[in-house]
Amino acid sequence: MQISAEQIDNLQRLAPELILCFFGILIMVVDPFLGAARQRVLGWVAFIGTLAALGGVWVASHDLGYAYSNLIRTDQFSIFVHVVVIGAAALAILASLQYLDNEGIQRGEYYALVLFAAAGMGILAGANELVTSFIGLEMSSISSYVLVGFRRKSAQSNEASLKYFILGSFATAFFLYGIAMVYGATGTTRIDAVQTALAAAPLTSLSMLGLGLIFVGLGFKVVIAPFQIYAPDVYEGAPTPVTALLASAPKAATFALMIRIFYVSFGSAQSFWFWAVWISAVLTMCIGNLAAIVQTNVKRMLAYSSIAHAGYILVAFAASTEIGIAAVLFYLAAYALMKLGAFLVIAHLGQQGERRLNIQDYAGLGSKQPVLAACFSLFLLSLLGLPATGGFFGKFFAFQSALDSRIVWLVVIAAINSVIGAYYYLRVIISMYFWDPSKDYTPTAVAPTLSFALLVCAVGTLYLGILPARVLSLAKLAADSLILH
Amino acid sequence: MSLPLIVFFICALIAVVGAILLIVSREPIHSALSLILVMMALAVLYLLLGAEFIAAVQIIVYAGAIMVLFVFVIMVLNAGEEERTNWSRIAKFAGLPLGFFLLMWMAHWMADAAIGRTVANSGGGTTVAFSTVELSKLLFTKYLFPFEATSILILIAILGALVLAKREN
Repeated sequence: MQISAEQIDNLQRLAPELILCFFGILIMVVDPFLGAARQRVLGWVAFIGTLAALGGVWVASHDLGYAYSNLIRTDQFSIFVHVVVIGAAALAILASLQYLDNEGIQRGEYYALVLFAAAGMGILAGANELVTSFIGLEMSSISSYVLVGFRRKSAQSNEASLKYFILGSFATAFFLYGIAMVYGATGTTRIDAVQTALAAAPLTSLSMLGLGLIFVGLGFKVVIAPFQIYAPDVYEGAPTPVTALLASAPKAATFALMIRIFYVSFGSAQSFWFWAVWISAVLTMCIGNLAAIVQTNVKRMLAYSSIAHAGYILVAFAASTEIGIAAVLFYLAAYALMKLGAFLVIAHLGQQGERRLNIQDYAGLGSKQPVLAACFSLFLLSLLGLPATGGFFGKFFAFQSALDSRIVWLVVIAAINSVIGAYYYLRVIISMYFWDPSKDYTPTAVAPTLSFALLVCAVGTLYLGILPARVLSLAKLAADSLILH
Repeated sequence: MSLPLIVFFICALIAVVGAILLIVSREPIHSALSLILVMMALAVLYLLLGAEFIAAVQIIVYAGAIMVLFVFVIMVLNAGEEERTNWSRIAKFAGLPLGFFLLMWMAHWMADAAIGRTVANSGGGTTVAFSTVELSKLLFTKYLFPFEATSILILIAILGALVLAKREN
């Protein structure tokens, strides 16, 4: 059998997704033969799968171009997002090993679903065609619905899953309807072809309606206001490692697709969508931050904070320049690290059944578990945007790119919001170091797998905060690769 | 009046009447049955447009699989008569004008397209595959990737259903 060069290109450019799906199916096949006691092995198989997929990203990065009759576009942009998404999945899997044991729900399907979700997000990041992106979006969404409800004995987890499923399906319908409208208006579903079609003719009300519907559908998935209502309940009810994954990876992948659609396809209509993004950014930041202030449940507080961060990302998005896109990418990478880290700390501290999530439960942690408390403080300070952490440069580049595009008021509102955010992040740190420790708390040892995942997050956050230049230059390369030359 | 036009009007009428019955009837099972009527009538309309594949899929998937599922769910849940609340009255007053507005808007677009004003925008180079043969050729060549990815998607859905519904041992 002769394999043509085109086929080899197709396989190489899609290597990460193929590897992830292969390992996902492998887990499904091996699962029944292992028995309930040895399901943990499958977690390691999944972890190896994500490492192999990162290798696949490396292979793909040496063979950039289109794949499968131009439906997939493997460029530096796609590579950058792939690394973030698959890296987040790897860390979430590592953290899940112990968590699932504690909860008594150690099952291979969990890991298969995480891998499939990551594969879907990979397709999202590289899709050059709207229907293909839709399938990627559904792969990641449907896996997420199930993962959210994985603690089947917890009513909260079930409720979160159902809520996410019903509202998520609704959002998907909006997205699909939007695709249909755009197809009706331009006669194509290819992202680059839509661009040329729109450049040739003025914007019709049909394509505007299509873009609006796509904004609603994707806005739901990246959790921006006014489509954020479900997020706190879902994030709180989901098993914490799943929350960590949900807050980081799908956000990166869906923002990548949003950038492709808004910035590439509808780049000529920037004046049309600019105000929608502007208003949404303001709402997202304000709602996220103000609601986070009144939370006493730390997991829920972090859920609101992740809404607020989507708002900061929108600030850079609104800049709609190459620098702005680079800032979005840098922010997504930094945000994924710190948010994963913060949620993984909670995954450990929550203990069996996720009982200890209240801010009171974290009192005095600084003296009982100094290393863990220091890690948590680092992530919270990074979320707050303190210098020498990744969060600082994420915000810095985002605001700077917006100022370059003369969107001054949005930056002012974002800066005010950052200050508001300081209150609830610092409150947790203060409770850890200055409040009297709660007596009934007996610290449990952090599992080596979780410590490793936390170490990676912490080192990554510090690295991006001290030496941001290298990742920023990669982000700039990625943003540059988006433009069709 | 030609025969296809007569068939079109009959089926269009059935579809519209079915859709109205679907909303108006208060018994869930009646709504489900009127929905089948709408789907069947739509299938005939697709056939008239020369899209025999979509017509067949419409009957097999929608009228067949999905509706059977609906009817089963209604039977299993033993759903009684629909309840009316104050909210449903608000929905009636706000929804009717909005629905009418949407209908007029869509009619406007379609009239536009028929006259040919928006046709110029619809970019060249699109091939419209009418026959099942052409459709399947596209599916297995140009659109092979999304087609195959869909199989993974269905696999995920099956796995998910298994995870959520499997009995604990």
